[in-house]
Amino acid sequence: MADTTTRIQLETAVARVPGEASAPRKPPVTATGFLGWLRANLFSSWINAAVTLVLLYLVVRWVIGFVEWGILNAVWSVPAGQTQACREVQGVGACWAVVTEKHRFILFGTYPYEEHWRPALVCALFIGLYVVSAMRRFWNWTLVPIWTVTLTVIGILMWGGVFGLPYVPQERWGGLPITLILATFGLAFAFPLAILVALGRRSQLPAIKAICVLYVELIRGVPLISLLFMASVMFPLFLPEGVNIDKLLRAQIAIILFAGAYLAEVVRGGLQALPKGQYEAAEALGLSYWQKTGLIILPQALRLVIPPLVNTFIGFFKDTSLVLIIGIFDLLTAGKTAIIEPAWQGFGVEVYIFVGFIYFLFCYAMSKYSQNLEAELNRHRRR
Amino acid sequence: MGETGQAQLASAARTDAQPAIILDRVNKWFGALHVLRDVSLQVAFGERVVVCGPSGSGKSTMIRCINRLETHQEGRIIVDGIELSEDVKALDAIRREVGMVFQSFNLFPHLTVLENCTLAPIWVRRMPKREAEALAMHYLERVRIPEQAKKYPGQLSGGQQQRVAIARALCMKPKIMLFDEPTSALDPEMIKEVLDTMVELAETGMTMMVVTHEMGFARQVADRVVFMDRGEIVELGTPDQVFNNPQTERLRLFLSQILRGH
Repeated sequence: MADTTTRIQLETAVARVPGEASAPRKPPVTATGFLGWLRANLFSSWINAAVTLVLLYLVVRWVIGFVEWGILNAVWSVPAGQTQACREVQGVGACWAVVTEKHRFILFGTYPYEEHWRPALVCALFIGLYVVSAMRRFWNWTLVPIWTVTLTVIGILMWGGVFGLPYVPQERWGGLPITLILATFGLAFAFPLAILVALGRRSQLPAIKAICVLYVELIRGVPLISLLFMASVMFPLFLPEGVNIDKLLRAQIAIILFAGAYLAEVVRGGLQALPKGQYEAAEALGLSYWQKTGLIILPQALRLVIPPLVNTFIGFFKDTSLVLIIGIFDLLTAGKTAIIEPAWQGFGVEVYIFVGFIYFLFCYAMSKYSQNLEAELNRHRRR
Repeated sequence: MGETGQAQLASAARTDAQPAIILDRVNKWFGALHVLRDVSLQVAFGERVVVCGPSGSGKSTMIRCINRLETHQEGRIIVDGIELSEDVKALDAIRREVGMVFQSFNLFPHLTVLENCTLAPIWVRRMPKREAEALAMHYLERVRIPEQAKKYPGQLSGGQQQRVAIARALCMKPKIMLFDEPTSALDPEMIKEVLDTMVELAETGMTMMVVTHEMGFARQVADRVVFMDRGEIVELGTPDQVFNNPQTERLRLFLSQILRGH
């Protein structure tokens, strides 16, 4: 290898000035830097230049239009209930006043107003939990007590009834905490379930394999909405009289089962991508099934499927909004309800932009984090 | 642990009447394909057996049956006095005593070289981490790559990876080592470093069963050479008998092909 490289270099040098290596030159200015990039990508021909200019014009016009509507002509606040100012600018300016006025309702739903600090704290706790769980430093058994304690505190805060906190029935919960509860519990339970199902689908025991296949195919074969309906309408019919399982819990179970089936197939994809030699090497060393799975197979398989895994996570974070159908008051439902009031009718766009922005923040954070994680965990593949 | 001590242990075991490996009329089919036909073979402790034969002759399948990476359908396989069966405990006991080196190395890419070596001692032998690391460094020194301990397998050359794989297997202190074409996936200039490591291992008195086409290696270390063709053991003898005095046309044909290839 080294020999051939030297020889080629020598020959090149010889071809230029005998006995003298040529000095390196800088690349031409037109090929580097911002100008070079512009030239290569946007103005490489007359047609490209024309398309670039037309698109630039459209983008600039749209941005100007949005700035005018969203900032310059916008109404940021109005006296309580007086939407006159908003009505006047409707069409030319945004009425952010609806968000200013209704944000607490959108975020916390019908939770008692004077107790709003509790769901607010719950949201902060959830975000703190995500941040801590995202740090690789905590990827060990300490996560178990951290999750248990945080989720218990969240439960106490939401329900109350102890430590002098007034009791708040679940029917009055709403807004962002509901979305976070459904998403967090949903994925936290669906993910381990998915791993077990994915492993079970590859099991050599026919009964286990059949159960797992049946579960995945049945759940995947129906829309989430129909599962939610079943959970909220049909399921109580089969319960003995007097037993009543909370509606939120039923929806939660439906979401867990649904997400579990999808995630299981993602995990199975990772399991299948691993070379057979990895299984054999682990077995030849005498590792038991669970040691082999936990130490060799899953760490590699899950790394391989981080992109589709996070894709599914993000999808389910947003799919929690489907509980609107069965009357659970999540973030989107709260936003929708906020503009039912006659005074605020017609300002849906502003509310939906606000709600959409909150969803986007969570989903974008997940997406960014997964990119970092992927780069970090696959460091060993670099040479 | 001294190498002489190990050699003494092995030679002590050699006088022991109990063979390391017994294959007794083993048969195996892949679907309808009869890949092992009445294979019978005994390997004594401390013995080095080289298995050769054309591709598809069943030599890899035979060696993989010994630690049950493949299951045989008829006959008996007894390793270190334990018969292979559906019994999981027996299988675990055998796999603890039998090390295996694969053609494609099969190192764990997400673990460092050191972690590859300490994994099984820690989890299977329940060895304290520190002790396992000292043991791993001992064997990494023996295969002459202690300086790569903190690297990941993907950062090593093929020859280095295969030597790590040998060290990883040795960390379990196996009584028997199986090699399934350990140099077939290597570039020519790396074959020697792996074979040298294996020769050194043979000198310690390790019981070895090696599937390989490296005739030089076979002549140097093998006590016996097994020639397989179409799922059968066709010839069996000392390297000299098998290579210089083939009895069957099949072996003569195989040897001429091997020699032409080299």
